[in-house]
Amino acid sequence: MKDFIIPDRDMGTPPVKSDVTVNLTVDGIAVAVPAGTSVMRAAAVAGISVPKLCATDHVSAFGSCRLCVVAIEGMRGAPASCTTPVAEGMVVHTQTEDIARIRKGVMELYISDHPLDCLTCAANGDCELQDMAGAVGLREVRFDPGANHFMQREAGAPNPEYRPKDQSNPYFTFDPAKCIVCSRCVRACEEVQGTFALTIEGRGFDSRVSAGMDSDNFLSSDCVSCGACVQVCPTATLIENKVIDIGTPEHIVKTTCAYCGVGCSFDAHMRGEEVVRMVPSKDGKANRGHSCVKGRFAWGYATHQDRQTRPMIRENITDPWRVVGWDEALDFAASRLRAAQRDHGVDAIGVITSSRCTNEETYLVQKLTRAVFGNNNTDTCARVCHSPTGYGLKTTFGTSAGTHDFDSVDDTDLALIIGANPTDGHPVFASRLRKRLRQGAGLIVLDPREIDLLKTPHMGQGLHLPLRPGTNVAVLTAIAHVIVAEKLYDEDFIRKRCDWDEFAAYSEFLLDPRHSPEEVEKLSRVPADLIRQAARAYAAAPRASIYYGLGVTEHSQGSTTVMAIANLAMMTGNIGVPGTGVNPLRGQNNVQGSCDMGSFPHEYPGYRHVSDPEARAIYERAWGVSLREEPGLRIPNMFDEALAGRFRGLYCQGEDIVQSDPDTKHVTSALSAMDIVIVHDLFLNETSNYAHVFLPGSSFLEKDGTFTNAERRINMVRRAMTPKNGYEDWQITQMLANRMGAGWDYTHPREIMAEIALTTPSFSGVTYDLLDREGSVQWPCNEAAPLGTPVMHIDGFVRGKGRFIHTEYVATEERSGARFPLLLTTGRILSQYNVGAQTRRTDNTVWHPEDVLEIHPSDAENRGIRDGDWVRVASRSGETTLRATITERVAPGVVYTTFHHPATQANVVTTDNSDWATNCPEFKVTAVQVSPSNGPSDWQEEYRSHSELARRILPTAAE
Amino acid sequence: MSDNSDKLIRMAGQMADFFRSQPDRPAPEAVAEHINDSWTYRMRRDLIERIEAGAEADPIVRAAVAHIELPPKA
Repeated sequence: MKDFIIPDRDMGTPPVKSDVTVNLTVDGIAVAVPAGTSVMRAAAVAGISVPKLCATDHVSAFGSCRLCVVAIEGMRGAPASCTTPVAEGMVVHTQTEDIARIRKGVMELYISDHPLDCLTCAANGDCELQDMAGAVGLREVRFDPGANHFMQREAGAPNPEYRPKDQSNPYFTFDPAKCIVCSRCVRACEEVQGTFALTIEGRGFDSRVSAGMDSDNFLSSDCVSCGACVQVCPTATLIENKVIDIGTPEHIVKTTCAYCGVGCSFDAHMRGEEVVRMVPSKDGKANRGHSCVKGRFAWGYATHQDRQTRPMIRENITDPWRVVGWDEALDFAASRLRAAQRDHGVDAIGVITSSRCTNEETYLVQKLTRAVFGNNNTDTCARVCHSPTGYGLKTTFGTSAGTHDFDSVDDTDLALIIGANPTDGHPVFASRLRKRLRQGAGLIVLDPREIDLLKTPHMGQGLHLPLRPGTNVAVLTAIAHVIVAEKLYDEDFIRKRCDWDEFAAYSEFLLDPRHSPEEVEKLSRVPADLIRQAARAYAAAPRASIYYGLGVTEHSQGSTTVMAIANLAMMTGNIGVPGTGVNPLRGQNNVQGSCDMGSFPHEYPGYRHVSDPEARAIYERAWGVSLREEPGLRIPNMFDEALAGRFRGLYCQGEDIVQSDPDTKHVTSALSAMDIVIVHDLFLNETSNYAHVFLPGSSFLEKDGTFTNAERRINMVRRAMTPKNGYEDWQITQMLANRMGAGWDYTHPREIMAEIALTTPSFSGVTYDLLDREGSVQWPCNEAAPLGTPVMHIDGFVRGKGRFIHTEYVATEERSGARFPLLLTTGRILSQYNVGAQTRRTDNTVWHPEDVLEIHPSDAENRGIRDGDWVRVASRSGETTLRATITERVAPGVVYTTFHHPATQANVVTTDNSDWATNCPEFKVTAVQVSPSNGPSDWQEEYRSHSELARRILPTAAE
Repeated sequence: MSDNSDKLIRMAGQMADFFRSQPDRPAPEAVAEHINDSWTYRMRRDLIERIEAGAEADPIVRAAVAHIELPPKA
């Protein structure tokens, strides 16, 4: 589909919420707007455009350019329409002779200090200054050339006011010569992004936009490259390098970002089949017009030279790859899979679905397992991130999903952030939260590390509880202890929405002295007083919300922690109204969707157990086959079974399990023991080193489908270009299935969604027509909620009464001791994503070229480690080497790293410990020793040489 | 590296650690139900065999064995 959609009109100032409506006339047109609205926006509502330069509806009005002046009856002079609020009965004239003269004079002054190279300017055709010169009818500039900022040389001498372009950022250029100092960029950096990297230095004629200090450029400043400044710049001062290279786009395709679980809506600005730029959609309900460096700029991987576009096969994983046609690759894959089943039983093969692929693709892959393989051996990478969320929230509330939409953050009075680092992992959500924090909302952070959210400028007091990794349950239970002991709970809510006797039993459990802050301080190292302050603040806030990440789930007690969180929200009545709730921040774009679509081995789409005869009957009818009532293997079970010789074949779509799963050696030996490993991906990833078939995948820009974000929002993904590999991913799965006798005949993903809606109650109202019309909907979307459900559990919990589960702290088996005295925990960084397969193939590497180990100064000193030294990190599973960074962000006894780079192989060190309920690996706690090192470990060397051998491709005859 | 069955015993032991503190029902039944909900028949059989062969395990796990479901014998 190649829609041309007119970009959203800029209304000049942001919308205002008010219960009071004000009536006025603008140029004789009657208009009614909420009180507090600007005259400029009221005019825009009436369909009248007032000329403007410094105003945009992305940021609040500033009133500096004087171009938007209007005449208002009864008011003296010419007030700026952007900063003047409407009043009842106001009569506004936007065009009078006086006003026209003023505007022309203003434009003349602007143009007198602006180069007139419009025809060769990158913003030609997309420049508001140009548009405004036209709008005010500017025909001459009366001022003689004089002091200016744009001429490089004047009268044979260098111009002292001239500053060269800043090209330090890989994605956009700052050209001070074209700047009109409207300060939109500075305000966007503050108000939208919340980073405060930009400022206006100097006064009057000396005023200039500046990133950081005098000595800084954009790259060395605090700039996080979110692109908000580029988006609001009215001229070519801040502009995407791609636009400079290519020119202006000619059509727009609305789609959804394929990075994190925020699920930002984007307008892909296209020229033919080439992306010129990705601009966040103002009508995107998750992101409201904002973006981060990944979604906005880091999409070049889709055309990176490493991208594989032809199928390949090989007999053994030690052979070089042989490029073959689709038929040969698929026949080879299908016959090996069937052979594995013939020789080792129906259960000998399985699939891993992807949280990066669309709902429709995921649905087909799990269907392939259940209906064609004839077993339930389907799992998804959500196993290793948010499976405890599914279990925990289903047990307590009745639904395996977050309770609120992201808009709800605008209403929260306090945010409790647990085991998440939103400014790096979920940046657009973090910006929305920071905006609320600047308005005065409270903040409590439970994290071993001092995260950047705690450094939000102009914020009130933020509480940081720097707990020891692995003690989440103890600390959350102690917080609940304080709430009960001090009677801070919401008795009405509990009596109405939960079971009072059950709460009484939980209270009794909580009041045991072992759950007191003083006892828990000994385990967690969080001062008892801080635990008390946090409990009181959370309980006292009228509307308190909880947002959490993988620092909650990736523990041996991940599921217990999720339930402890749910308990806190229930006992304080923080459920069912905007500004409250329990919200998991999902790691990847479609974690929620891949779980919804029945990727787990025990559940059909919509979280219905495979042993449930009713659910099974629905799919047996729809698919025309008989289905198994026995749950299949989870990912870690697949590896264990492979090493036992009983699991022989795997189809892995869009995941790199060798890099992303714990205990790498265990994973690679399991894969090496299989007869057939099929990797379906954009790149020869780490897993492909152990594969027999490589099926080239399509990028999110090359296919139609849907992603479901962390707020249960189903967003459209639209094809903007032809797949370089020839097929969309769902087609490839269908071809493989049909070679195994499936007989599928889907012609478009909309037909797959129709099947999902037909068989899944919470999706019964979802159609592509509805999504096209509404932009997006949040499930449940059915007869009871035809336009979806932004906030869940409003009048009652989905399961009926909310359930309090006892949350006993059980120490992980992974503890530090004499051999491994430090605790390693892992996380993410803003510029890289997950295993880095995408972001490492973009210019984002300028911000993060390698993984480093954060270590506290005292631990470093004890070991003779200096900043930047190579260090060896060893656990009972394995060892690796990387460089050390010495920082007080981590507590003594704790070290931290990211896992974005395959050379580091952080997961060689992580262990096979896992969550008791879901087998989600305990990535966040590994006992390690750190010591100085000379360079890569034996394993790293060995892996590198294997990796080089495994990636050889035989030249094809034709070339 | 411990062998697979030891891992199963460890996993069941972790479940026992959770369910022993839940007041609403006997822990062995709850552990068995969780295993029935999430393990393949083969994994269940391996666990039972291992325990019947005398492997060390939490008493709750031992008691759970009686409630673990297996497919009807053909």
